[in-house]
Amino acid sequence: MPEDPVVSMQSVNKWFGELQVLKDINLTVASGERVVICGPSGSGKSTLIRCLCELEKHQQGQILVDGKTLSSGPQRHPGQRGEVGMVFQQFNLFPHMTVLRNLTLAPMRVRKLPKGEAEALAMQYLERVRIPDQAHKLPAQLSGGQQQRVAIARSLCMQPRLMLFDEPTSALDPEMISEVLDTMIGLAEDGMTMICVTHEMGFAKRVADQMIFMDGGEIVEQAAPEKFFAKPDQARTRQFLSQILSH
Amino acid sequence: MKYKRTIGALLLFSLLLLAGCESSQQWGWYVVNPMVHRGRINLMFLLSGIPWTILLTICCVLISNALGFLISLLGLAEQRLPRMLYRAYVEVFRSIPPLVSIFWVYYGLPILIDVGLEPFAAGMIALSLYGSAFMAEIFRGGVQSIDRGQFEAAHTLGLGYLDTMRFVIFPQALRRALPAIGNQLVITLKMTSLVSVIGVSEVLRRGNELAVTEYRPLEIYSIVALQYLVLVLIVSAGVRKLEKRMGSDERQGGRSIAE
Repeated sequence: MPEDPVVSMQSVNKWFGELQVLKDINLTVASGERVVICGPSGSGKSTLIRCLCELEKHQQGQILVDGKTLSSGPQRHPGQRGEVGMVFQQFNLFPHMTVLRNLTLAPMRVRKLPKGEAEALAMQYLERVRIPDQAHKLPAQLSGGQQQRVAIARSLCMQPRLMLFDEPTSALDPEMISEVLDTMIGLAEDGMTMICVTHEMGFAKRVADQMIFMDGGEIVEQAAPEKFFAKPDQARTRQFLSQILSH
Repeated sequence: MKYKRTIGALLLFSLLLLAGCESSQQWGWYVVNPMVHRGRINLMFLLSGIPWTILLTICCVLISNALGFLISLLGLAEQRLPRMLYRAYVEVFRSIPPLVSIFWVYYGLPILIDVGLEPFAAGMIALSLYGSAFMAEIFRGGVQSIDRGQFEAAHTLGLGYLDTMRFVIFPQALRRALPAIGNQLVITLKMTSLVSVIGVSEVLRRGNELAVTEYRPLEIYSIVALQYLVLVLIVSAGVRKLEKRMGSDERQGGRSIAE
């Protein structure tokens, strides 16, 4: 029997004022599946994943994350409690806390783990992103790549069912991109369900089960990576790929 | 040389005083000369205002900080109504000159509530309300200067509003607001001199009282000014030390790297 999908979006629409930023989005992500979304800036790809972690609200359609319906109404709801991990372009680490405290804060406050347990958990994930020796430093003392790996570890500490990545390498110097991508590849190999907004096509070819190209708020093309890169159906996809793969 | 500037300022001031001693036409330091009996009595009388000034400052700072903090929460709310209440509060209490609100609380309020207020209490209430409007703006500005990404990261980690504010936002906001808070502290200290008009025996009031019995306003108000100078310099040094400890000067908003 097939498992319920982790993410299910049906006919989702969203507007920012007059501008429609999501147009009739339908997307299903199965457990363990890796989806890579690409597209020009302003195409709605960030908005899409921000809807999944409730940083944005959709106005029409239905979104199910991990079996729970996300509200489209005006009422505030308690929100997800860390079941959906989000990695931001700008890392968004808490600059006044040590790396370790960044990682233990949510497990202790949200999951009510005792300090010792939370720290053991945090160290486990810092090992996994290979920077356990930085645990007692402040984020500002780390390189960009290290900060992003801490941010990934911080999300993992909440043991999410789904990890979202919003252009995780776009703010990084070139030499630091691969260390973050390697961490993400490791995560994919461990079977994490992931949706990544990224223009790193090498990474996409390696881990993606599903490729999505968005433009103007809609999903223009959705295909397996073999087909997506070899012969996409849409002219817009071909044009976009030729632009980002040409250099 | 941490206290170079402090020492310099004090030195300059004493030189000014000494220069006055030469030409006894204008200056008559005998009124506060600690070597003679009468001068000693007068000097002690002037200095006896300091505890009241300090006490009133502490009370006003504590109350206006606590009140300003609570009021700032209204200004940070998403809904319109609390934000309007916030605006109204700030505009009203910021617009009334502190001297007017001291008179209003001391002479006016008792008629309204039928309870007489001690001068100290009246001054404390008036200056605290006045200060709280400024503190509220400082706290609101501090929180609003924090990057949206901090709220978003806290949200996706599942932290609630209170935890987000308490652990993530306020510590950073406070650090950024510290220079402004220090400024407000100094202003409050000096503003306590206003309550002399309703008879609180603080530094300026002592000076006034002595000036009318000794007819030596030049020397007496010089001593009064010197007392404020010393108090403010102490406060400033304290604030700078706190800033250094909390790392308000770090661009990242973090603790000092050298620590």
